[in-house]
Order: sequence, then structure tokens, then C-alpha cells
Amino acid sequence: MSAQLLTYLFVGASFTLYIGIAIWSRSSSTKEFYVAGGHVSPIANGAATAADWMSAASFLSMAGIIAFEGADGARYLMGWTGGYVLLALLLAPYLRKFSKFTVPDFVGDRYYSQTARLVAVVCVIFISFTYVAGQMRGVGIVFSRFLEVDINTGVIIGMGIVFFYAVLGGMKGITYTQVAQYCVLIFAYLVPAIYISIALTGNPLPMFGLGSTMVDGSGVYLLDKLDGLTTELGMAAFTSGNKSTIDMLFITAALMAGTAGLPHVIVRFFTVPKVRDARISAGYALVFIALLYTTAPAVAAFARMNIINNVDGMTYEDAPSWFSKWEDSGLIAWRDKNDDGVVQYRGGNALQPSKPAFTGERGSSGERLLGNSSSAGENELYIDRDIIVLAHPEIAQLPNWVIALVAAGGLAAALSTAAGLLLVISSAVSHDLLKKTFKPEITERQELLFARIAAAVAIGIAGLFGIYPPGFVAEVVAFAFGLAAASFFPVLLLGIFYKRMNKEAAITGMLTGLVFTFAYIAYFKFVSPADNNPDHWWFGISPEGIGTLGMLANFLVSLTVCRFTPPPPAEIQALVENIRVPS
Amino acid sequence: MSEKNNHAYWQANLRLMLVLLVIWFSVSFLAGIIFVDFLNQFRLYGYKLGFWFSQQGAIYFFVLLIFVYSWRMNALDKKFGVDEE
Repeated sequence: MSAQLLTYLFVGASFTLYIGIAIWSRSSSTKEFYVAGGHVSPIANGAATAADWMSAASFLSMAGIIAFEGADGARYLMGWTGGYVLLALLLAPYLRKFSKFTVPDFVGDRYYSQTARLVAVVCVIFISFTYVAGQMRGVGIVFSRFLEVDINTGVIIGMGIVFFYAVLGGMKGITYTQVAQYCVLIFAYLVPAIYISIALTGNPLPMFGLGSTMVDGSGVYLLDKLDGLTTELGMAAFTSGNKSTIDMLFITAALMAGTAGLPHVIVRFFTVPKVRDARISAGYALVFIALLYTTAPAVAAFARMNIINNVDGMTYEDAPSWFSKWEDSGLIAWRDKNDDGVVQYRGGNALQPSKPAFTGERGSSGERLLGNSSSAGENELYIDRDIIVLAHPEIAQLPNWVIALVAAGGLAAALSTAAGLLLVISSAVSHDLLKKTFKPEITERQELLFARIAAAVAIGIAGLFGIYPPGFVAEVVAFAFGLAAASFFPVLLLGIFYKRMNKEAAITGMLTGLVFTFAYIAYFKFVSPADNNPDHWWFGISPEGIGTLGMLANFLVSLTVCRFTPPPPAEIQALVENIRVPS
Repeated sequence: MSEKNNHAYWQANLRLMLVLLVIWFSVSFLAGIIFVDFLNQFRLYGYKLGFWFSQQGAIYFFVLLIFVYSWRMNALDKKFGVDEE
């Protein structure tokens, strides 16, 4: 069967499964809608958290980034896993004991202040929408590449599926669908990786294959061979990094604290029955995540090697079909600088500006001609990072069903994250804004109805972002982590570990972290992008890592303000005592 | 439960947490970033050691840390009589 037909089959089967689960797990109360009734087993919650957490970015983009950046990619690997240690040790058990529905709930109650609750609601909605826009776009891209439907049609189909199980099932429906989606996505990620690992190193476990010798009988370790190949072609050695130590430190810390402060992840720990379940559930979640995250660097290294081996020195006219297919979708471009009809893959950008602008005409070898000017180096090839995971199975000539599987996996990753984010948005609106702030008189039934309406509206808005993507989607995703690190993480942490922490300190701290981080990122991304380089960054910290500095500023301001303002009331101090103990 | 008992439980929790967070910091920020070049002169099979910590090892340690925390805390819960059973 053709890859196309198989893709339809796999995607169709997985969607049927998700809808079936949604019908089976409808929500009938607000508690079920917000936190799945609090009955989810720790292992199921771990799998759901993993699917919730691993987005289109983890599944589709991360290995691509590592493939081209080598050692620097470690900031994502450590940053997006290390945050779970913070979550399990510092936040999850205590928030579970507190036992409410949302993150603004905790902020509002712990800091006895509607202002604090509202600031938290604004943060939640802003963080979640920036994040969800990227997911919907991811859904559209997978549809358009693999099923050859229009991106917009893809987004609408994706919206329909999410609408069905998020609006109907709430957290309960989402949780069990996410468990299924985790299984689909991890299978889809591991199968091609295992195939390729065996082909290159003979080791069936990709995470160990990465440290093994090549199967070609040379006895050379794969990473050494790759370092050799990359330096030979004038690229940076794969296992060496480019980024400054301070920037790596700050970015990794921002991703870790941001992970621990992301509302859609925290809220998952409200769904388990007990405090001890919250602790172990974070452990299961990280095991499930680690399966993908330890495989990703192996996929990255294998892909880099396969690309170099297959592409460099290839005559364009003999290029395999994947090459021209991805060239047609604009993610690969080739300029024959020396007119020899052979692809030279070297270090540095091939084109200026680096993104290809096709003229619509064909060159002498049949390649798509480019309007860009050539850069100085010998490199003739542009490869978009995002194609690594999608194209690698084709590059490595894996069977069609594996290629089809990857499409279903990418969709599972994007849909599961989108649903989790949409639920957080809807509960912030129906629970924190309506029930707890503006319309406390509504009944539970009405609140549930509002929650469904809010979820439906949020899906609509997210879909619009997917169809009409703001040109800065990629830029604003950096916001989500930086802002979560600079706003929520310190407020939650101090709320649990510092009994004296009061509302004045929390509000000023959150606002400081938020405004500072927002201003720094906005300045370098939008106001003055030309200055976005280490010469102009404070202490050499890039906008990606500035959330850490915002977080430190938040801590400093909070602790200072706290000294000069009255302590919280006795019942709040008692609340803090209470959440510190499981029973 | 008495206030004194809860206080002792909390102190024990903080001590455990501190030890685990020191390890968390060491395997990621120290071994994976600050000392990565130094560690790269040593090898673990086909990996340079610093590279291994930053792209593989730190993650294994993270998983281990959470399970150890969970296991030790369950024991502390029982010892201080604050478990949920």
C-alpha cells in the first residue's frame, strides 16, 4: 500500500479511537470537567501528563534543532525534563493537598486577594494562547504534508476533533484521550528510531545506539565519526557547543522553572486521588517523557549523519524522491553555485537571507531557482530543521507504514497538548472569572455550561490563530516559558515554603517578573530585532533565557516588599501549615 | 497531629529535598553546562562524558531523583504518622 493510503488509515483509526474514548468518558459535574473527578490513577496521569507536555515542538522540532545545533540542543533536553524534579519536589504534592481546580484558585486563596487571582488569570490565558497557536499550526502542517489537504482544512479537522472530546468530556475526556495519544506518539517516535539505530549501529535501543560503534565494521564510534564528518565539511563539530556558558545556564533554568510553572502541567496533578499519588505520578510522567527525550538526541545524530552521507556529493538529477518532494514544499533548497550539477553540503548558510525565496523557474538540473543572493561559503544546500523527524524515515528508506505512523504521532502530540491548554483556558474563564469573581451566584450546572462554552470559544480562537498565524508564533513561544518562570514559579514556591509571604509581595513580585521579562523579549524581538545579539544582551543573556533573570527579580522584589508589609492573616498561615502535611 | 510533630516532619522533608536538589543541580548545571568541556576529556563508551551528562545522563538522574523522593517521603509520612491511610 502507498504511504498516502496508509497515512489516511492510521490517522483515521487513531481519530476514531479518540472519539470513542470521548464518548465513553463524558463529564457530568464541574469536578469531572475541571479535574476528572480526582480519580485518575498515578500511571494514567503520568501518561496523560507526558502527552499533554510533549507538544508538536517536542515531537516534530526538537530532534531537528539538536541535529543542526549539536551540543547546544542540550538546553531543551535538560530544561524540559529537569523541571519535573522541581514540580515533584516543590509544587505538585502541596498543590494536590490544597485540592482546588485551577492555578489561579491557589494564587487567589493563598494570597487572600481577588487582584492576585486576576493577575494569575491574565497570565494563564496569555501563556496558554501563545502556546496553543503553535499546536494548531502543527496540526495543519502535518495534514498538508502527508494527506495533501489544504493547511486550513487540516486545522478545521483538528479543531473538530478537539472540540468533540474537550467540550464533551472536559478533563475526564482529555485525560483518557491523552493516555491513548501518548501510546500513539511514543510508538510513532520509537519505531523509526529503532529501525535507524539498528541500521547504523546494530543496537536496537537508540539511546544506547548513540554511544555505540558504527555497524560498517570500522569500529569507530558513531559520535566520533559524526564529529569527523562535520568538521571535514567545515561545520562545527557535532558534540561541541556554540552558545556561551552563561546563556546556556539561563536558558536551561528558564525552561526548567517555566515547565514547573506552566498551568496546564500543574493542573494535571489535581486529578490524582492522593498527595502520595501526585509525587509518584510526576515520576511516571518523567519516565514516559524520558523515553522520547533520550531518543531525540539519537534521532538527531542519526539524521545528521544520514543527510550528510546521502546528500553531499549527490548529483541533483539522481536525487531520491524525498529530496524533490521537500524541495517542492519549500523546506529544502539548492543553488548550484559552481554549476557542476552536484550538491555540495558544507558549513555556513548557503543563501542570503538564509530562508529560500523561490522564483518559480527551474534551473539547468531541474532544481527550483532562488531569488536570494548567494552567501560567501561553498555550501549549496538549505535544509529546514523542522523536516528532520518527518523526512528522516524517508531518507533512511524505511517501509511505508513507518512513514504513515509518524504522521499519526505528530497529530497525537499536537492535539493532546492543544486540548490540555484549551481546558486550562476554559476553566480560568468559567471558574476563576465567572464563579469566583464576577458571578458567584451561578449554580454548578450553569458553571459547567459556561465551562463548555468557554472551551468552544477558545477552540475557535485557537483555530483562527492556526489559519491566520501571526507572523511571530515562533517568537512568542519563548514568552510562554519565560513568563511562566518569571511570574508563577516564585509565587507558587514562596506560597508554600515561606509562611510570611503576603499578598502585597506576591502581586508586586508577579508584576515585576512579568513586566521585566515581557519588556526584554519584546524589545529584542519586535522593537529592535537588529540588536538581538550577544553584544547588546544584558550579561550576555538571550531573550530565551531572560525568564531566569525575571524570576530572580521576582524573588528579590517579593522578599523585600514582604519585609515592609503586614504578615498574612492567621487563617492563611494555618492553610500553609495544612498543605505541608499530607493527612 | 501535634504542631511539634508536623514541624519535625517538615524539617525532615526539607533536608531530603535539599540533598536531592543538590544532586539535581550537579548533574545538569554543573556536569552538563559549567564543567562540560572539562568532562569531555573523559569518555563513557562512545560518548564524551560532558556530552553524555547533558544529552542523556542528566535525564536518567532526574527520573531517579523523583522516585527516590517519592519512596523516602512515603516512609517519612508513615514515620510521623501523617500518611493518608
